[in-house]
Amino acid sequence: MSALSRLRVLLMGDRQASRVVPPSGFTVWLTVFTAGAMAFLAVFALALSLATGRLADRWADALARTATVRISAPEGQMQAQVDAVMEILRTTPGIASARVLPEAEQRALLEPWLGPDLPVEDLPVPQLIEVTENGEGYDATGLRLRLAGEAPGAVFDDHTRWRRPLVRAAARLRALGMISLGLIALATAAMITLSANAALAANARVIAVLRLVGARDVYIARAFMRRFTGRALEGAGAGTVLGMLAIAFLPEADAAGGFLTGLGFRGLDWALPLLIPPAAGFVAFWATRAAALRVLRRIT
Amino acid sequence: MIELENVAHSYGGGELLSGVSLKLAPGSFHFLTGPSGAGKTTLLKLCYGELVPTAGHVGLFGRELREMSRDDIARTRRRIGVVHQDCQFLDHLPLDENVALPLTVSGRGGEAEAGNLRELLSWVGLTARAKALPPQLSGGERQRAALARAVIMAPDVILADEPTGNVDWEMSQRLLTLLVELNRMGKAVLIATHDLTLIRAAKAQVAARVLRIKDRRLQLAGADL
Repeated sequence: MSALSRLRVLLMGDRQASRVVPPSGFTVWLTVFTAGAMAFLAVFALALSLATGRLADRWADALARTATVRISAPEGQMQAQVDAVMEILRTTPGIASARVLPEAEQRALLEPWLGPDLPVEDLPVPQLIEVTENGEGYDATGLRLRLAGEAPGAVFDDHTRWRRPLVRAAARLRALGMISLGLIALATAAMITLSANAALAANARVIAVLRLVGARDVYIARAFMRRFTGRALEGAGAGTVLGMLAIAFLPEADAAGGFLTGLGFRGLDWALPLLIPPAAGFVAFWATRAAALRVLRRIT
Repeated sequence: MIELENVAHSYGGGELLSGVSLKLAPGSFHFLTGPSGAGKTTLLKLCYGELVPTAGHVGLFGRELREMSRDDIARTRRRIGVVHQDCQFLDHLPLDENVALPLTVSGRGGEAEAGNLRELLSWVGLTARAKALPPQLSGGERQRAALARAVIMAPDVILADEPTGNVDWEMSQRLLTLLVELNRMGKAVLIATHDLTLIRAAKAQVAARVLRIKDRRLQLAGADL
């Protein structure tokens, strides 16, 4: 038999070969249901992993290369201090650029807290300077000392203080998502093994008869493998579709408050959950095969 | 084709069989007798590899049973037709599919063999019952179907365990005639039975040798039958 026709027989099944194992009643639906539930959970674990991955990347990216200098100074001295700070930053090795935030941007930053109508001009709002470092990095301690010496109203904030734990937490969440996916796969394998064992035990006599008339182990195992792989595919297919629909209809996290990126798939990510049913089929295939061959070894 | 050499078997307790030697050659016809529980079925099981001897050698078609893989044993069973005492059918499949089961599992099922199957069913007189499920069949019908299944692969050897156990005299005669016909086609036949009248009837039709299990050993029963 050629490899191709072997594959065809394996996937499509030959009708006759599937008939040698008697149809089993409602327990079929337990397998289908469990495979579906597992796939549903897998969709969420996957979404969680992807979302936290995105979050970690975003925080790491957006915050990695920037720092801020905040200057609070009396009305008259503000410009002088800003100039002094800009000069220091310009001459500090490792800093790519520094930019004084225009008033409009500062206002936009404050708006969510203070409302649109507040006369910001009249308030002693500190001036912000956005600092972008180049790849090599800079000596933060040295910079702080220089700023303290020449512009006493300037406070340097390099964000790492609160950035690192956030990025770490996001990465940890992503790892948890991945572990969940692994556990779901293992639980699916365990469930399939249990139900395959039950089916094999219920059909012990059928298996013995098949051996007596000259069936090879793979023939018998295949009859069961085909059945359980089919059930797992059906269940996981349905579960995945439902999971994806649930994610698709999740309320959108709005962009402005988009500090959290929202649990969901973006663009090509939508293709990833489609891998869940084949993965479930793969797991069911090997779990059933292992269970069947183990049972068969006890029968001559 | 099947050779037992100094074979012993025990199911854990004492030995049921010991020092058994037997050679089934093409065209030979053997009866195996002995009281119930003497080990007739055990001896047959040794012949088709369901049991492995605790001592001695079993050779199937020139190969040592102990050295054969599970797939080898499966392939060898396709060359040995066995009529089991309890028939061993799949109750969810109709009679014709049960008879064709050895073809199905060896990948030879389907249209090509459909003609053969029909012919075989009419030979054992079961054409009308082809779509019946095994539990719906009478004892005699089951025995004939079991014989049909045993020969559908055109095996070289036919082993029958009490093939006339559940049937009346007339039916057992018909089954015997079928087996004698197969033997004339060159197949080796071994029938385990304690039905002495059947053996006598067979001796009129074929040169049969009668083996008897006595005190765990296999003896050739002489002309006393």
